Amino acid sequence: MSAKRQDGNDVWLVVRLRGLSMRLPRRSLPVMAVLLALLATMTVLSVSQGELRIAPFEVVRAVVGLDTGNPDHALVVREFRLPRIVLAMLVGTALALSGAILQGITGNGLAEPGVLGISQGAGLAAVALLTLSPATSGNLLPAVALLGGLGAAALIYLLAWDSGSSPMRLLLVGIGVAAVASALTTYLIVLGGITEVQRALLWLTGSVYGRSWGHVRTMGLWLLVLAPCALLGARALNVLTLGEAPAKALGQRVNFARTGLILVAVALASGAVAMAGAISFVGLVAPHVARRLVGPAHEGLLPVSALFGALLVLVADLIGRTVIAPAQLPVGIVTAVIGAPYLLYLLLRGRSA
Amino acid sequence: MTGNRASARRRFGRGALLALAALVVIGLALASMSVGSMRIPFGEVLGGIFSPSGSINDLILTTVRLPRTLAGLLVGASLAVAGAIMQALTRNPLASPGILGVNAGAALAVVIAVLLLGNPPLATYALFGLVGALLAGALVYALAAAPGVGASSPLRLALAGAVLAAFLGSLTTALLLLDLNTLDQVRFWTAGSLAGRDMELLRLTAPYMLAGLLLSVPLARQLTALSLGDDVARGLGVRSGWIKLVAGLVAVLLAGGSVALAGPIGFVGLVAPHLARFIVGVDYRWIVPLSALLGAALVSLGDVGARLAAKPNEIPVGVLMALIGAPFFIYLARTRMRR
Repeated sequence: MSAKRQDGNDVWLVVRLRGLSMRLPRRSLPVMAVLLALLATMTVLSVSQGELRIAPFEVVRAVVGLDTGNPDHALVVREFRLPRIVLAMLVGTALALSGAILQGITGNGLAEPGVLGISQGAGLAAVALLTLSPATSGNLLPAVALLGGLGAAALIYLLAWDSGSSPMRLLLVGIGVAAVASALTTYLIVLGGITEVQRALLWLTGSVYGRSWGHVRTMGLWLLVLAPCALLGARALNVLTLGEAPAKALGQRVNFARTGLILVAVALASGAVAMAGAISFVGLVAPHVARRLVGPAHEGLLPVSALFGALLVLVADLIGRTVIAPAQLPVGIVTAVIGAPYLLYLLLRGRSA
Repeated sequence: MTGNRASARRRFGRGALLALAALVVIGLALASMSVGSMRIPFGEVLGGIFSPSGSINDLILTTVRLPRTLAGLLVGASLAVAGAIMQALTRNPLASPGILGVNAGAALAVVIAVLLLGNPPLATYALFGLVGALLAGALVYALAAAPGVGASSPLRLALAGAVLAAFLGSLTTALLLLDLNTLDQVRFWTAGSLAGRDMELLRLTAPYMLAGLLLSVPLARQLTALSLGDDVARGLGVRSGWIKLVAGLVAVLLAGGSVALAGPIGFVGLVAPHLARFIVGVDYRWIVPLSALLGAALVSLGDVGARLAAKPNEIPVGVLMALIGAPFFIYLARTRMRR
């Protein structure tokens, strides 16, 4: 432990592939392996649960397309359960990555997608659509929410820009814009018809109920582009966390890196919110859990956050579907109910490293 | 000598500023008494309060307008000071009274009350709200102070609060989604409002807020030290453990009293301390009183607007206040945050 070699290979695992190189903190590898194993197990378990119980072995057969002897299995597994479960994981990944980036940029442990007005902007747009024009809301909802989220984030960024993007000003302007958006949302909720308000509240809570492969494809593409961008930004995030002056001294193009990373974070969160509603808490909690598991270096922090976010939303969805069956709890409620005690446990226990 | 004179001038300037803010608050309070579905001329307001003649106007003044105005002033000042304390304690500009979990605790308790009792009077809302708020605040504080790694770190307090608030908020949403009636009953309360608050309700909740406001005055100097960090505070001879405990208690009293009286009103507690900081700098001996005045002014202004904007209906004060205050706040953040 004490005698580190010159190239630090006791601490880092470096993978070089032609021009690209990537490094991972070694101690994050077992954590990632455990999280991946948990994700696989929980996916199978989640698919097997529901009104029609399917044995885990049959689930695996149905997923890979083998005959299970019951023609219903393929339909239930592949068309009903798998899409929402996969979407839950993708959404969790996106929210967690977004939160980790925002906490890194601002150096503020309370930062999360809500702080940049993304959730509130998307929430306002969606609630306006749901309460003012309930008839047309079905297919438009994701697009409108996406526009609302991106719009609020753009507004905040423009208002906070002053020949540079100070994170402090960004947070403060974010507070202001988020306050306006959530005030208007509250007003719409006070005024609206009660059934529309209930639908709006459900959306504001976040849910993956009834999502199809179409949603999964869109979200998957979104992540396929953005997640690598986030991971590539790990080194810049490490430097930015030190503060503006040290980052500049280390040769980081601060404004360029910050703008790029904010764009990635905003796009990740907006995409997630558009697909599954404003699921709160994942973006806040996942980076903290990851930091306690693998430490502050973003090369390990980002992937572990992403995996934990996926696991959290996946498990929350499983619990939401089963705990008061045949009724369902929206996933956004359960994320906090199970995520909060875990983070508090970590806070109280501390990391023994 | 010159430095002394300069600091004396600065102190005079700040004193004058406080006096100006106080005048604005008084003006807004008078406006709040005069404005409403029944307009009462400014000239009659003072006479009506101090020597009521029994006319309809005087009756409205003493039973409706006066308690409502006092509630607005008290709630605004309390939320603002609670916010200032939380921001100093956690050294986090995003901290607000809501981060103590008090709003979430109060909301959960109120929703449970409505679920169990059907259609309770406002006083029941207040009672349940108060109990929920104080319990949640105590729990956050216990979690933050429990032994463990980083037990004294300010992030831990903020994080414990944010996490507990999210937890309680989820339970509340679950109850609201399961029961449409409760949602319909509670939604106006959760937006925050001063409508229908009478003397009885004020008497129930005001002691907590008044006690908190009084205690915050001698705390202000220690808050400045704490806001500079634990090491600095210790170096300056502040017993930071005790001060943190007392300051946390004061913030819980202030925020709990306000949410019981007016429902969860956001924005003021977050923004008023920043406004004060933009104006008078980093010294909490000035930030605390100025925050209190600015908070009182913001809520009063919002409440007057709430009665005027959509006559004969009322907009919840929390909504209007954010709409009035946020653009101003953004403007200040833009102009005062140059580095």
